[in-house]
Amino acid sequence: MIEARGLTKRYGETVAVDNLSFSVAPGKITGFLGPNGAGKTTTMRLILGLDRPTSGTVTIEGRPFTQVTQPMRQVGALLDAKALHGGRSAYNHLLCVAQSNNLPKARVDEVLGLVGLTDVAGKRATGFSLGMGQRLGIAAALLGDPQILMFDEPVNGLDPEGILWIRNLMKALAAEGRTVFVSSHLMSEMENTADHLLVIGRGKLIADCTVDEFIAANSQLTVRVRTPQQDQLTKLVATAGGTVRENGDGTIVISGLDPSQVGDLAYENSVRLHELAPVHASLEQAFMELTASSVQFRAGVPGGPGAAGPVAGEQVLTGEVA
Amino acid sequence: MATTSTLAPMAGTGHAASGRTGTPTFAGVLRSEFTKIRSVRSTYWSLLALVVVTIGFGALASYGATRGGHGGPFFDATQRSLGGLYISQLVIGVLGVLVISSEYSTGMIRTTLTTLPRRGLMIAAKAVVFAVVAFVTGLITCFASFFVGQAIMSSDHIGASLSQPNVLRAVLGGALFLTACGLLAFGFGLLIRHTAGAITTVVGLLFVVTILVNLLPSTWQNHVDKWIPAMAGTQIWTTIPSQGQPAMFAPWTGFAVFCGYAAIVLIAAVALFRKRDA
Repeated sequence: MIEARGLTKRYGETVAVDNLSFSVAPGKITGFLGPNGAGKTTTMRLILGLDRPTSGTVTIEGRPFTQVTQPMRQVGALLDAKALHGGRSAYNHLLCVAQSNNLPKARVDEVLGLVGLTDVAGKRATGFSLGMGQRLGIAAALLGDPQILMFDEPVNGLDPEGILWIRNLMKALAAEGRTVFVSSHLMSEMENTADHLLVIGRGKLIADCTVDEFIAANSQLTVRVRTPQQDQLTKLVATAGGTVRENGDGTIVISGLDPSQVGDLAYENSVRLHELAPVHASLEQAFMELTASSVQFRAGVPGGPGAAGPVAGEQVLTGEVA
Repeated sequence: MATTSTLAPMAGTGHAASGRTGTPTFAGVLRSEFTKIRSVRSTYWSLLALVVVTIGFGALASYGATRGGHGGPFFDATQRSLGGLYISQLVIGVLGVLVISSEYSTGMIRTTLTTLPRRGLMIAAKAVVFAVVAFVTGLITCFASFFVGQAIMSSDHIGASLSQPNVLRAVLGGALFLTACGLLAFGFGLLIRHTAGAITTVVGLLFVVTILVNLLPSTWQNHVDKWIPAMAGTQIWTTIPSQGQPAMFAPWTGFAVFCGYAAIVLIAAVALFRKRDA
């Protein structure tokens, strides 16, 4: 169990983490989401004692990590794939980490096998690909067979096979009753892995709920319609209490009415429909809507429209109207 | 899914006998830091350079003494054979900086401190391992340098032997001096955390300050010179008190002053290291 209370970190004038309170429970994957620069990495560094909070506390099983008696048995962390000396072989990297916690040498070989790096154990890490570096970092995190695992953007820059591997690893670790805390700026990734979500924007906690709750609370069901009688249907929908937005591809998107209501309305008024489809918002879109304001604030200086660009782009991709 | 991910129960964790498994101890952290220092090439290059530079320049200085120009009754053959230390103090300084600054430049520090968050334990073990490596290498190097130098000077019958007064102390002192230089540099590495910046600072303190002091009025030099780090520290590998002006500290006093400087830097660096963001 990781618990943060009023956790705050300031760098000069900048508030990186702003009064965060949350807990991360065992037995499931908790996704830690936010746009780049939202404070995810800083929060993880605070949990691990790399940085000191300006105010507030964060504890692991009730104690600050710096006072934990068996750090590697308690927590395994992958902050990035580059947190190692490239001149050292994979084996020696893991060996020196294991020795610092009095972990048996045999454990080094075990985790090398676990992440599939046995064949390159004697090679210097400087020649490793990003994916191999990630695996080596994960091997170090697993050395102590820890109860809590923390991964900061673990799938960044990985190929599909590597992504699948990490996703399955996290699921298996959570299934064994461990606490898995994983950050990402990719909603789609969390949709596939996380059970619970912590969403932050500009250092502040925006949401703390399950993935299903998050989607339900932050998006509404809409109906995509293609019709040759667009004007007529638009008026009918407005009368019935719905709203209509035009999509770029000749369809319209109706919100406020469910698909059967739209279908009935069209039938009763002899409006021909060529397409009628319910559209569920993805987690990606819910996230975009939730964090849009914080993204715009951060990018506010060059002008709002530019900052909103990527948001609109994503929505078109998911079949929705901005 | 389960094939890659399910963790086998960790060997040894179920047994009462291995009660310390998973609990960091100073002995364990010493082993860890020794693995670190022995598993990177820069260690071997630095130590090789230390040996070659010390013996090489010592031999050159000793050969120079046989070609005349040695100072009669006050000629210090021991100091002459160890003269390479003037250069190799910087070589051990580079290693002292690298041992800690490489943790920061490579990002290793994040792994080090997230697996061992007790920073005092980590930095103490790292300093001890480095000091032992520096002293052992320094000892071998200084004895080798001494014997090579004396062999060269014996042809002119101006050589010294270990049985003469102060000679053994001076040769051992050479190794102590190298160790202290290394620890001073280690302190700057920890304080500055950037390899180039820390090495520049070490060179500045050990070399540039020593040169700049010559620009002072001679009346000032009499009071200032002996306190200059390099001038205080190098007295430990002399066997005959310097005859000229300004006067220097006695060997052990000078070395104590030098260690005092190193201690100030180390204490400041460790105090800051324990507090600041990594």
